[in-house]
Amino acid sequence: MPALTLDAAGVTVATADGERVLLEPTTLSLTERRVGVIGANGSGKSTMARLLNGLVTPTTGRVLVDGLDVAEHGAEVRRRVGFCFTDPAAQLVMPTCVEDVELSLRRFERDPAARRRRALEVLERHGLAEHAHQSVHDLSGGQRQLLALAGVLATDPEVVVADEPTTLLDLANSRRVGDLLLSLPQQLVLLTHDLDLAARCDRVLVVEHGRVVADGPGPESVAAYVDAVDRAHR
Amino acid sequence: MSSPFLVGVHQPGDSWVHRCPTGPKLSLLALFSLAVVLTRSAAAAPVFLAVALLLAAVAGVRLGTLVRATRAILVLALLASALQWWIDGPAKAAETLVDLVALALAAITVSATTPVNDVLDTLVRAVGPLRRVGVDPERVALAFSLAIGALPGTVALALETRDAARARGLGRHPRAYLTPFVVRVVARAHEQGDALAARGLSD
Repeated sequence: MPALTLDAAGVTVATADGERVLLEPTTLSLTERRVGVIGANGSGKSTMARLLNGLVTPTTGRVLVDGLDVAEHGAEVRRRVGFCFTDPAAQLVMPTCVEDVELSLRRFERDPAARRRRALEVLERHGLAEHAHQSVHDLSGGQRQLLALAGVLATDPEVVVADEPTTLLDLANSRRVGDLLLSLPQQLVLLTHDLDLAARCDRVLVVEHGRVVADGPGPESVAAYVDAVDRAHR
Repeated sequence: MSSPFLVGVHQPGDSWVHRCPTGPKLSLLALFSLAVVLTRSAAAAPVFLAVALLLAAVAGVRLGTLVRATRAILVLALLASALQWWIDGPAKAAETLVDLVALALAAITVSATTPVNDVLDTLVRAVGPLRRVGVDPERVALAFSLAIGALPGTVALALETRDAARARGLGRHPRAYLTPFVVRVVARAHEQGDALAARGLSD
């Protein structure tokens, strides 16, 4: 697995005006295949995830993906790290399903016919072949998230970062997307509020107020998080 | 939910309009548009409309697609022709209305028979020579295709915002509708920018 490293000096992220710290000094090395990140809304989970492919740049410190500094080698890092967003509507920018997957493949396949073939194969693999020429706006929420994920996986990244990918989905689709993510051969960094899903990860970080407050195997970290929330509401 | 706006939705097929290379097809659309706009004749307008309808029929564009697309443009066309009626009289108004519908039908036919990625490739080739003066053809083409792709999403946002305003009993207040709509469109643009960056499309 590639090593995702927030370096030893500690990575911090602050707002542009410097008035609010989004991520307190954090030092991490993530080498497990399935890493979960849980915590309350606004706790800093997304900031941490966005550091991993350069959507957010650290105010101090360095973020390394397999030894590559994200700030210096952003394009190379983004080839290796795929990112799946909470709302697939923001991620799907082409009119039809096959065209959106083709857009992901543009950097890797110049020949339009070969690109179309590969895009159709990707849709087939994810059970979306029958929707290939359908408008992305005509898909259900679950199908849209699967399509967004298919667009990410089409380029065969080494790492997949998924920012609350099941939050907007019903139970069946949530399970479908969750199972797919956990079965990926790639390294997965999964931000989620679904604690059952998180508990299935090899390692789970609990983030609170921009700090990692618990870090351990899935079930243990989830139990620590539930316990902390229970204590806060007693 | 069915797409409320159909520009850019490709319908695969095997007609000669589908097989026509994208570059010539876009050039022909540009020429047709110029002819429609520059020809000032009420007698020519039905001919242009007939040509557009014939093209759509030959291409096998679904009737539903044509009806929905025409309905979407009709409001704008009626407003424009009402203005023409006021300025130049009923003949000019009718010509304007028919011309705008013909242009919309031709655009929908090209859109329905051409995958957006083919348009993107064609634009990259067309803008290629400008690379020497610092223009990135991939970015220009991407911006163009995003503009096409953004239409259905923006219309969907407009409908959602209108429904939200109605649900709060604010349906008749333009500010209650327009302000959140603009905020949501800008927010969506930011999200899409992030998503494109995450896919490495801005590298």
